[in-house]
Amino acid sequence: MCVGVPAKVIEINGFSALVDVMGSQMNIGIIFVPEVKIGDYVIVHAGQAMSIIDEEYAKASLEEWRKLVDARTDGSIYEFEN
Amino acid sequence: MQELMDQYTSSKISRALLDEVIKLAKQFQKKFQRIPAFMEVCGSHTMALARTGVKKALQNHIRLISGPGCPVCVTDQATIDAMISLTDEENRIICTFGDMMRVPGSYGTLMQAKANGNDVRVVYSPNDAVRIAEQNQQKEVIFLGIGFETTIPILAAALKEAEEKQIHNFSIWMSTKLVEPILRHLLNNKEVALDGFLLPGHVSMVMGRKHFEFLAAEYHLPGVISGFEAVELLSSLRRLLMLALEQNALVINDYQSVVAEDGNEHAKYWMNRYFALCDEPWRGIGTIAQSGMDIREEYRHFNAKEKFSVPMRSPRKTKCRCGEVIRGLIDPPECVLFAKACTPLNPIGPCMVSSEGSCAAYYQYMREE
Amino acid sequence: MDRITLAHGDGGELAHQLIQQVFVSYFHNDAYAKFDSALFHIENGQLAMTTDSFVVKPIFFPGGNIGKLSVAGTVNDLAVSGAIPKMMTCSFIIEEGFPIKDLKQIVHSMAEEAKKANVQIIAGDTKVVERGSADGIYINTTGLGIVPQPLTASIQEGDSVIISGSVGDHGIAVLAARGELGLMTHLESDCATLYPMISAAMKASKNIRIMRDPTRGGLATSLVEICEDFQVTIELEEEAIPLKREVQGACELLGFDPLYLANEGKVVLIVAKEDEQNVLDAIRSFPEGKEAAVIGTVRSTEKGQLLLRTPLGTTRRLYRLSGLLLPRIC
Repeated sequence: MCVGVPAKVIEINGFSALVDVMGSQMNIGIIFVPEVKIGDYVIVHAGQAMSIIDEEYAKASLEEWRKLVDARTDGSIYEFEN
Repeated sequence: MQELMDQYTSSKISRALLDEVIKLAKQFQKKFQRIPAFMEVCGSHTMALARTGVKKALQNHIRLISGPGCPVCVTDQATIDAMISLTDEENRIICTFGDMMRVPGSYGTLMQAKANGNDVRVVYSPNDAVRIAEQNQQKEVIFLGIGFETTIPILAAALKEAEEKQIHNFSIWMSTKLVEPILRHLLNNKEVALDGFLLPGHVSMVMGRKHFEFLAAEYHLPGVISGFEAVELLSSLRRLLMLALEQNALVINDYQSVVAEDGNEHAKYWMNRYFALCDEPWRGIGTIAQSGMDIREEYRHFNAKEKFSVPMRSPRKTKCRCGEVIRGLIDPPECVLFAKACTPLNPIGPCMVSSEGSCAAYYQYMREE
Repeated sequence: MDRITLAHGDGGELAHQLIQQVFVSYFHNDAYAKFDSALFHIENGQLAMTTDSFVVKPIFFPGGNIGKLSVAGTVNDLAVSGAIPKMMTCSFIIEEGFPIKDLKQIVHSMAEEAKKANVQIIAGDTKVVERGSADGIYINTTGLGIVPQPLTASIQEGDSVIISGSVGDHGIAVLAARGELGLMTHLESDCATLYPMISAAMKASKNIRIMRDPTRGGLATSLVEICEDFQVTIELEEEAIPLKREVQGACELLGFDPLYLANEGKVVLIVAKEDEQNVLDAIRSFPEGKEAAVIGTVRSTEKGQLLLRTPLGTTRRLYRLSGLLLPRIC
């Protein structure tokens, strides 16, 4: 439905910001995230930042998934017949 | 954070999650004597499920039905034809998202219109179209405004810039769609039997988790808001299975790093400032009341439909079954045209054009003899 | 005289001056320029010949320009066919008003690239068209090489697929240089003459079955063609394919697939499994090959399909690029 990409805010100039996605950069609008700060990660859709990524939640998800991996006793990896 | 992102794709985690999902799906099958059926509403999910191999890995365990979440695919033929006809006048520049370029109109595509010498330009952002208008004041610049709730604020941002810069030669031909009305339509018509929804992460980022609570409250179905990486999709499918197993109708947010309870208030403010609800025609479905947004009366000078008219021609009829595909009634191969007359190189219906269209995703990622 | 005029293309004095001051002075080929054709001797045996036209926009981009591209591209087409590049011709279509300074820079790059592959540019032509009839400059090059030992293309089950480095660099570098979509990167095009590297690889193994340079259409399209032409099924390992961070980032922003982006300095080789390490070592000893990697295996000698194994362990089939790459919102 909508491509959205996590990007790091490098510079802020009024209502626009320079963001970096793994070394590729772009100027985007930030009218929907006026509280954004340099160093924040945002989701970019068609040239606008649409949400500031909450790193705490991202870390929490990762932690939960890790626990899931650790809890696996059999250690087997599901194999597919192709 | 970047390191976090890289680990997102970690195959170890996704394989562990996949195991869990399959285990839960088997429990569901044992308990209810059938395979669980979930609809992924969002076209980017359709594509991500196919590209990452999640859909294939689960093909015997979960029925994943693609929903009406590809903006190009749900746009009805008369609208597409009108958008292409717009390019025929002199002194016009038609700007569009790349997605629209190869969509088959009844009488050609935007790509063919461009080859015929019409000025059609692909932009990354609608604000780029405003800047093109600024640089070409002797011409009318029209943006083809397709999209769902994620993209509607983006169109508002373009109108805001045009308003502030007092640009009079910029307008949008709107054909935007809303998720809630189409989901209600599908559920009210009871055409597809579902056990739950994988909910669109980026529409939710604008509208908020609460926006989808009606699914649980009124239709007693669970829904999980998901991100787009393999591991995020698997995590959300796992939660959805846990809810479906217990027949627990809840709408939960499994994309909390991006989606808030109430979504993005700024984005909602700007979209409501420029746009108001309107009736919209959907491909293969017909007009659904209050299922889209159009430019408000006070901004009618930005409304391309008010400024320009196009010749009305009746759409060419084909055997294309995109309408049924987007309602989740059939899988792409059930259409007689699929992979024969209709391929990504020579698409007959829009679901084969957009890379997130169900047919294109199926063609690209699921066909392996 | 600082810009090309229509008179530079009319065959008269100005045309003569242009040839002497620009082309002959860089290509040092005046010995060949006395007749209407270039006359030369060449060894007996199998010959290879290829032609290509170059219309890149912008003409100058990070990592190269149309001139470098026009020589490297043709040399690479010869080299991946197992040929030793020997001779080249070049033909220019130039728009009236084109700066001569830029033309000199382009021709200079062509001479430099030709030197790297030890190729002589022995004939050429220049046409000037009215302003607006062309976009700056177009170049056609034709290359001739000798083939000491033709590649067998006898692809076997179990053979390894090797790529000489990261994919999509040229596609993204040129896109960013165009500035149309607002994309900014520090990425350079991978545009390079690969003959010395390919020659070293061929010395390292007598079991290179086939080579391709994955230019337009990208790695996926090149390998689909091999799979179909020789009825073999190749399985690529998604995580093994080298990809620069910037290319990945740009692809995410614009919704592109790096496997379909153009490369101008990469070679993909199918080699016998036992020679895999020798070929990798040979390629990695060159700066343009230091990221070389084994990216897949020939699964069978039937069906003719290209498959990609995802990190999840499933496979999906890859097809040719269909239509243009366009940025998308969905």
